Amino acid sequence: MKIVVCIKQVPDTTEVKLDPKTGTLIRDGIPSIINPDDKGGLEYALQLKEEYGAEVTVITMGPPQAEAVLREAFAMGADRAILLTSRKFAGADTLATSNALAGALRVLDFDLILAGRQAIDGDTAQVGPQIAEHLGIPQVSYLEDLKFDGNKTFRIKKQLEDGYQIVEVESPCLLTCLASAVKPRYMSVKGIVEAWDKEVEIWTEEKIDVNEEKLGLKGSPTKVKKAGAKEMKAAGQVHDGLSPEEAADLIIAKLKEKYII
Amino acid sequence: MDFSFTKQEELFLQMIRDFAENEVKPLAAEIDDLERFPEETVAKMGKIGIMGIPVPKEYGGQGGTNQMYTMAVEELSRVCATTGVVVSAHTSLCIAPIMENGTEEQKQKYLPKLASGEWIGAFGLTEPNAGTDAAMQQTTAVEEEDAYVLNGSKIFITNAGYAHVYIVFAMTDKSLGNKGISAFIVEKGTPGFSIGKKEKKLGIRGSATCELIFENCRIPKENLLGKVGKGFGIAMKTLDGGRIGIASQALGIAQGAMDETVKYTKERKQFGKAIAQFQNTQFQLAEMETNVNAARFLVRSAAYRKDNGLPYSKDAAMAKLFAAQTAMEVTTKAVQLHGGYGYTREYPVERMMRDAKITEIYEGTSEVQRMVIAAALLK
Amino acid sequence: MDKSQYKNVFVFCEQRDGKLQNVALELLGKAHDLAKDLDQQVYAMLLGHNVKSLANDLIAHGADKVLVCDDPALATYTTEPYTQAIYQIICEQKPSIVLIGATTIGRDLGPRLSARVTTGLTADCTKLEIAEDKELWSTRPAFGGNLMATIVCPDHRPQMSTVRPGVMKAMEADASRNGEVIDYTINFDREKFRVKVLETVKSTDNMVDISEAKILVSGGRGVGTKEGFEMLGELAKLLKGEVSSSRACVDAGIIGHERQVGQTGKTVRPDLYLACGISGAIQHLAGMEESELIIAINKDKYAPIMSVADLGVVGDAKKIIPILTEKLKQIVK
Repeated sequence: MKIVVCIKQVPDTTEVKLDPKTGTLIRDGIPSIINPDDKGGLEYALQLKEEYGAEVTVITMGPPQAEAVLREAFAMGADRAILLTSRKFAGADTLATSNALAGALRVLDFDLILAGRQAIDGDTAQVGPQIAEHLGIPQVSYLEDLKFDGNKTFRIKKQLEDGYQIVEVESPCLLTCLASAVKPRYMSVKGIVEAWDKEVEIWTEEKIDVNEEKLGLKGSPTKVKKAGAKEMKAAGQVHDGLSPEEAADLIIAKLKEKYII
Repeated sequence: MDFSFTKQEELFLQMIRDFAENEVKPLAAEIDDLERFPEETVAKMGKIGIMGIPVPKEYGGQGGTNQMYTMAVEELSRVCATTGVVVSAHTSLCIAPIMENGTEEQKQKYLPKLASGEWIGAFGLTEPNAGTDAAMQQTTAVEEEDAYVLNGSKIFITNAGYAHVYIVFAMTDKSLGNKGISAFIVEKGTPGFSIGKKEKKLGIRGSATCELIFENCRIPKENLLGKVGKGFGIAMKTLDGGRIGIASQALGIAQGAMDETVKYTKERKQFGKAIAQFQNTQFQLAEMETNVNAARFLVRSAAYRKDNGLPYSKDAAMAKLFAAQTAMEVTTKAVQLHGGYGYTREYPVERMMRDAKITEIYEGTSEVQRMVIAAALLK
Repeated sequence: MDKSQYKNVFVFCEQRDGKLQNVALELLGKAHDLAKDLDQQVYAMLLGHNVKSLANDLIAHGADKVLVCDDPALATYTTEPYTQAIYQIICEQKPSIVLIGATTIGRDLGPRLSARVTTGLTADCTKLEIAEDKELWSTRPAFGGNLMATIVCPDHRPQMSTVRPGVMKAMEADASRNGEVIDYTINFDREKFRVKVLETVKSTDNMVDISEAKILVSGGRGVGTKEGFEMLGELAKLLKGEVSSSRACVDAGIIGHERQVGQTGKTVRPDLYLACGISGAIQHLAGMEESELIIAINKDKYAPIMSVADLGVVGDAKKIIPILTEKLKQIVK
């Protein structure tokens, strides 16, 4: 089986802090990580590899420094890594991004494509389903659990707001995974030692199968009109140095004041 | 002198921090409190290769560097010194002497299982009357047909009971003193070999520290490690390497106390402001931070020398001496800066201060380190 | 592309088991405003099997026309039949705007559809408005809720957005509103239906909708154990509220995802949000800062949660909550 996992390098937005004085973002020193949902997809791919034998390819689109997440994927156990990088890809919205990735996937052999549900920097959850559409293969999103019959059929537990569904789909297909579905393995020490022994393949628009009109800024129907920090509401009172007893009384007084109790 | 990290070492640091934070830290207080050996953590470490970092791949190891190994012990000890010493004793005191002195058969037999963490390793040199004066070994090994028969006991043995493989030193010829000591590989379950009482300790309470008892214990001849009479040299060389591990452990403890103290002094308020705003606090923190970093450079330097085949005995001794001293000072100051809370088990600095003390004692006391350093200077 | 050919605001009105989802009505309310600004009409797209009876409800909530697609293949949502149906409607009706609720269904459908149509889709919007040039401006949180970005789709039609549930306000139902119900026949390519739903399970635990709760007692890392949450549960019960959580505790498996507040969880705006041991990562704040009254208990005075709290108490939630619960027991009884 050939599995391709789409991953993205993202800033660890959970580490982002607001400057308490100015209300602006402090972006310095935020580590870059593999997007958590994507890492869930990679873990499922590696589990399938262990159980059924598979070649796991990871692919990412991004600037040259996105190589770091591919090395990390090698250290976790991926077999092959492709970095889609070119100025032609720059300024892409989700549609143009999905077109670039689909263009690369057309060149690759695959039975299964795994992607994260959404990236923590964009939170759009769009690229996975859009890739599936470009490739004309079925998709199942919000994957919470995955079972494979060893032949062609995947049985998926799909998260819903008010429960879950069990669905079945045959290969080839695209699944988008939730980070909370599975605990990704740690990189192994040996994997880390050998992570630079393998080549990260650099692919540009020349290598992939897609019309250049569909890439980058040109291929992006959406444009950012404006972006800005969120308005912060005025801070209330903060009380420090209270005993738990006093704290409880203070909270009760507030609840009474607002007629909650 | 260049000991900056390689790309691999940088990625390794990311992994080991992640692992320590998520798998080791949550258990630290519990295993200390219950004096419980963290078996589940050892299994997890084995799975990802932390139990065999510097072992070559052909022996089932990870092919990593000593620098990575020291980083692992440091980062583990930063959140849990017990876990740090489990790895350190296993790697430095059992795997290393087999790697350096073992026959091909011994390496093939023991290293893969040790490196994978399936087996844990230990080291038995200290006896009731042979501590710093290691030459005063009372345990004897008498050659008898195809075996050596061991009689005697060892004390304060880290990982005892949980370990499968023990590097044990015994007198094959008492009349020769130092030169009559030989090293043996002893497996758990060998008839005549038993584990004695478990020590109750001030710190690193999750690590198992026990007595080893040998009563007419027959060790097959093929388990002699190195040549007859070369045991003392093997022990000393092993301890040179071990000191880098313990220095890393001490460094980790000190760094862990730093982390906690920086956080606490920013949160804790007295006289209407965070105590971090007082100059006394700032000066203390500056002093602590400087020493921790100085210790780190000594540790990195010793590991770098070992990785690059340079002599490192003096460097390891300096690293351990200074890092252990720093760990003790920094954790003591950390408790002081935490005030009354620091003395309670609600905050981890109390445990860290207890854990720090042993680093000035085991694998050569600070006095021994001074002897090693001075001897190297004056030779 | 001749944009003038594209008219009217279309809303995908999600139903599950014959029950309209709140977000459908919220979107109709918003669509009504947008259509007024454009001087156009609101079309509701109602997909399902035996769901036509819901059409009047949609009209009462702001739809001018309801397109009913009835087919057994649409009974339970799967991607392909729904995509085919709406794709056909878009091709034939040429809407200017298509709105979809950003539910697990909407966020599965929206991107598939936008790729088939080749148009832009803005995800998980919290604000929609018609600009002076009559373009749709969709505003959404980005970078984990740290930034607000306004997105336009200038050269493609329709302009598509998924919209976060619980953000827009539904109109009061007006039974006297007039509208037209149209049966819409879809020419399905059934060969392409390749995902089979074997089972849909309503988890009883998941039945709680924290976005509906008036009072939320929410826990984070600072109470991060099962016992800690039991403690919060007792307090919530006393206040007739529900327990919710930050992402940390969901990821740690202490509490279910359906109770997660924030960027990747739910947006809530209860009368009281009591944040216990939640530091308030920006992703979390994005999901709860519209609450009427926010009280935060946290050890760290500088925790971001304090900056949105009406009342902040510096202290250990694990110590304060039991005392608070005891005291409330005396008062509430």
